[in-house]
Amino acid sequence: MRKKLQNTIRTKLPSFSAIIGILVLWQIVSSIGLVPKYMLPSPAEVIVAFLNEFPLLMSHMRVTLVEAFFGLILGTLLGFLIAVWMERFPKVYQAIYPVIVITQTVPTVAIAPLLVLWLGYGIAPKIVLIIIVTFFPITVGLLDGFHSADKDAVQLLRSMGATKFQIFYQIKLPSSLSYFFASLKISVSYSIVGAVISEWLGGFKGLGVYMTRVKKSYAFDKMFAVIFLISAISLLLMKLVGYLKRRCMPWEEK
Amino acid sequence: MNKLTIRNISKSFGEKEVLKDVSVVLKENELVCLLGVSGAGKTTLFNIIAGLLAPDCGEVMLEGNEVTNQAGNISYMLQKDLLLPYKTIEDNVSLPLIIKGMKKRDARNKVAEYFEEFGLEGTQKLYPASLSGGMRQRAALLRTYLFSDQVALLDEPFSALDMITKGKIHRWYLEIMEKIKLSTLFITHDIDEAILLSDRIYLLTGSPGQITKEIKIEEKRPRDDEFLLTSEFLNYKKEILESLQE
Repeated sequence: MRKKLQNTIRTKLPSFSAIIGILVLWQIVSSIGLVPKYMLPSPAEVIVAFLNEFPLLMSHMRVTLVEAFFGLILGTLLGFLIAVWMERFPKVYQAIYPVIVITQTVPTVAIAPLLVLWLGYGIAPKIVLIIIVTFFPITVGLLDGFHSADKDAVQLLRSMGATKFQIFYQIKLPSSLSYFFASLKISVSYSIVGAVISEWLGGFKGLGVYMTRVKKSYAFDKMFAVIFLISAISLLLMKLVGYLKRRCMPWEEK
Repeated sequence: MNKLTIRNISKSFGEKEVLKDVSVVLKENELVCLLGVSGAGKTTLFNIIAGLLAPDCGEVMLEGNEVTNQAGNISYMLQKDLLLPYKTIEDNVSLPLIIKGMKKRDARNKVAEYFEEFGLEGTQKLYPASLSGGMRQRAALLRTYLFSDQVALLDEPFSALDMITKGKIHRWYLEIMEKIKLSTLFITHDIDEAILLSDRIYLLTGSPGQITKEIKIEEKRPRDDEFLLTSEFLNYKKEILESLQE
């Protein structure tokens, strides 16, 4: 236990000191007035702003998290269904895959206003946007995972007279798990970014709405506070996915 | 009656002829070996017998019933042990029963009876990665046996093991075969292994692969390592080596 802790400290120390270094440098740049204070607040000021705004930030965060949660769940479900559909029918793969790739080349910021016009200022356009950005990594990851299944293991099951579904359930699905979790990590951070972007363009509450408000009042310290909050949320959620992966895949443990 | 009869099998892949007029017979409780150089179509023949591949002509009969091009009748152990890394040993071994439609819990109960006999006690809840090569091979063999206790095809079952482990597992294999009475057809390119384990040996050679010789090993089973040093053993080995030279 103690050894494990020491190990963690040793491996995390370089990145930890780099972050501290950057913060110190930033504090110095700000304190000696290299950059005007109203444009770049010092880290200390950002922390103060964060603490002052804490209750407000939390109430906005709740809205953003709800949007991201439902968007991510639906996006993951859709991504899974599309992947299974394409895996089952190669013709579907040939027909749909290029279309899906094209949908991903359209920038999120470009479709968001359209969604607001279609679906209004409520939660619907936000969730739709998050679905659009999160399903793709899941679909691609799962397809790669299905294809990574051991061909000989498939032969073995065929020799046992297994059905297509049994081969899928016993071999292809479990083989794709690590791919799935790698994709989920990407989709989780996309879901938060997607929620914030969609809130910029219209809405009543949420971290994106808060951002546009503090931007209009040139409150840079609050801007930085909310930016750090968003990246902290993404980081935490990615950690959570890592934890989920370890729980779901105990055989990967040493 | 013959357990398994393979009659006049031929197979080509495009222009390339892989097997030509191959006939093999396996009787009850027999251990029969297909010995041949690489590229003689041994694995292709096994895929045909297992029903994974359709022959161009010829037929596969299991206890008098035709099973040509029908999977799901004969146990097949492929070259690798193919234990699924994400399943515990008990679930890996249960797989053939699950495929046949048995419930997970019932399958686990049924396979539990065999762990001791196969020298696998205590490994039920472990993942394959934590087992040694020899133990993995035992688990793979148990899985093969649980699919069908009638006829098994083993494709180079021991080729991935080191010499010492191989010797141990040969001894174990001969012992277990006395107990479980499984009619087995196996592939190897190891001449010593073939003579030590089999009742009969078919030499499958050439391109396209053909059965060029059938040798009966008279020595009683189970045999021990002493047999490897006798003059009978060396005579068999000489006979095989000469046939392979031709």
